[in-house]
Amino acid sequence: MRAPPLEIHDMTVAYHRKPVLWDIDLIVPEGKLVGILGPNGAGKSTLIKAVLGLVPLASGRVEFYGQPYARQRHLVGYVPQRESVDWDFPVNALDVVTMGTYSRLGWFRRPGQAERTKALECLEQVGMGAFARRQIRQLSGGQQQRVFLARALAQDAQLYFMDEPFAGVDAATEQAIVALLQTLRSNGKTVVVVHHDLQTVKQYFDHVILVNMRLVEAGPTQTTYTPENLSKTFGGRLTILEEAAEAVRKGG
Amino acid sequence: MSYLTLLVIAGTSLLGAVAGILGSFAVLRRRALVGDLLSHAALPGLCLAFLVLGGRQFAGMLVGALLTGLAGVALIALLTHWTRTKEDAALGIVLSTFFGAGIMLSSIIQNMPEGGSKAGLESYIYGQAAGMIRQDVYLIAAVSAASLLVVLLFYKEFKLLSFDRGFARAQGWPTLALDMTMMGTLTLITVIGLPAVGVVLMAAMLILPGATARFWTERLDRMLLLSGVIGGLTGSLGTAISSGLLKAWLGFDPFAFGDSDANFPTGPTIVLCGTAIFLFSVLFAPQRGVLGRLWGDLRLRLKTADENLLRTVFEQSEGSDGGARAPVSLEQLLEHRAWSRSRAAWLVRRAAARGLLQDAPGGVSLTAAGLAEAQRLVRAHRLWELFLIEGADIAPDHVDRDADSIEHLLTPELIELLEARLADRGRLQPAAEQVPASPHAISTPGQQATGAGGSAHV
Repeated sequence: MRAPPLEIHDMTVAYHRKPVLWDIDLIVPEGKLVGILGPNGAGKSTLIKAVLGLVPLASGRVEFYGQPYARQRHLVGYVPQRESVDWDFPVNALDVVTMGTYSRLGWFRRPGQAERTKALECLEQVGMGAFARRQIRQLSGGQQQRVFLARALAQDAQLYFMDEPFAGVDAATEQAIVALLQTLRSNGKTVVVVHHDLQTVKQYFDHVILVNMRLVEAGPTQTTYTPENLSKTFGGRLTILEEAAEAVRKGG
Repeated sequence: MSYLTLLVIAGTSLLGAVAGILGSFAVLRRRALVGDLLSHAALPGLCLAFLVLGGRQFAGMLVGALLTGLAGVALIALLTHWTRTKEDAALGIVLSTFFGAGIMLSSIIQNMPEGGSKAGLESYIYGQAAGMIRQDVYLIAAVSAASLLVVLLFYKEFKLLSFDRGFARAQGWPTLALDMTMMGTLTLITVIGLPAVGVVLMAAMLILPGATARFWTERLDRMLLLSGVIGGLTGSLGTAISSGLLKAWLGFDPFAFGDSDANFPTGPTIVLCGTAIFLFSVLFAPQRGVLGRLWGDLRLRLKTADENLLRTVFEQSEGSDGGARAPVSLEQLLEHRAWSRSRAAWLVRRAAARGLLQDAPGGVSLTAAGLAEAQRLVRAHRLWELFLIEGADIAPDHVDRDADSIEHLLTPELIELLEARLADRGRLQPAAEQVPASPHAISTPGQQATGAGGSAHV
């Protein structure tokens, strides 16, 4: 049997020594749409950033299809939060999407006709083909989000991580993203999405990961997305974990 | 033109071009002050190298300046990471500390007995392009070529790094090494430029061309090219002015004040030339420039006034016997719009000239074209009002002003969407070819203006 797309063993992540995620053990099954849920500051985005090596691990091990990330990067696509970049940067939508092909190009080689064609296809897949030459500042928030999605598509990955793709987007974009997620799933891809809208969870995701500084529960939406688990995730302040984290930060 | 002047011009324009190109990345990455830091932090390195090597050896001093410049950058990273010092504070502290240390070291050198070759150091602080010799220009040319090669080779990587560092890292690019390459090249250019323009002004040579070029283009490759051209132009223009070349060409001195025949130092002249080009761009760049934006605002305001006129004429004649084409007098218009009489008359003449209004007994009326246009506007206005009342639960007497400001901007797609929304709620017949009735009272000729309905504003 093939190893699962993502397997996390006992991962702890700290910012400036203050732990934000404790002892995460997790397996993401293949071919599913997976939602990461939790309150603000629960470490949802940090979880994604940590497995992608953007935030150092304090301890633990992460494997993609049974191998460390460095050997499997080509199988992984990433959609960062929209606010993480300067949208006044002098590039157009096509330029941004073409960046998804850079890692396959390798050092020094410039994107050519093949890469631009690929990028345009990906833009069309998210309904943005008409905006290819538009400077990215002139796009609406939802359109910018779709450009980011198209860039991840251009990475041609097996496993996708999306950080809050539904945040602050219009209804048309939300529908486009949902349709895209379903297409990806039917093509056998796995998608892990940081999500904040509890109302749409059952509709969008097959599998949920509930986090609040630690893993509360993970499993199929049917059995895991229950009122009890939700109140364990969202209800009640985790005073003891928080105070312990603070103590670690102070070095006490 | 003397050979020496030509040499200096070649040196400064090369320097300006390459500093501009590399500086563009710093500008885009909001690291404009890094150039400032690098040039200040280079000073102690220059002096230390002078002391260690016991004389002015360009290559050695270059290495020294590079080392302290990079040490400054590293120190800022350490300060912000390990203490709670914010980046701007850390930058200020490191910059002035290194500069202070540099000045102290240079005064030690000044006081040394065997001071024959020490004169060179002062030029690093204030810059002395005129002292450039052929070897200096060769060095500048070599460093420029190397820097350009780096940018050409790593264009794709630098673009990605500058736009989205996180994504670059997730893709597996060694972002730290790329960053060091970029900053190292920037440092190299900075240090090479110090003797010509000096510590304080070098930062401007890095920032100005990029910031200027950004006004004219929305593409990175063009921006880099343009900043190179602007930087080169700035360098040669500044040198030409300061060396009196411009005076010689023009036959008179455009910068002569009174009887003074002073030549300006090259560094400041170059920087002020750069500032002049920057200011020109701030004003005149088509889309990002101030005048372009003002012109856009003006056109929008004029369009708004034109459209408000048509809508007012339509609404005032809407209920009357003559239908939508009954004449409306200037007085009626003035009752409903905060226009002066002359302004209203001018707007009416404009609309008449465009074939939208025509003279009629007792006022003006809409032509066929004017009617079509007015219907479109009123429709947009009322659709938006309906949406605000129905969809956003806003009180009917509040919606007129909101609709007034937005009706001019609603795109056909948005109007279609509004129609669909309202039709879904059964508030609009699907075949809504006609203008829907106003959802609030409009004061018509006989009445006082009531509430917000028909209130006067442009």
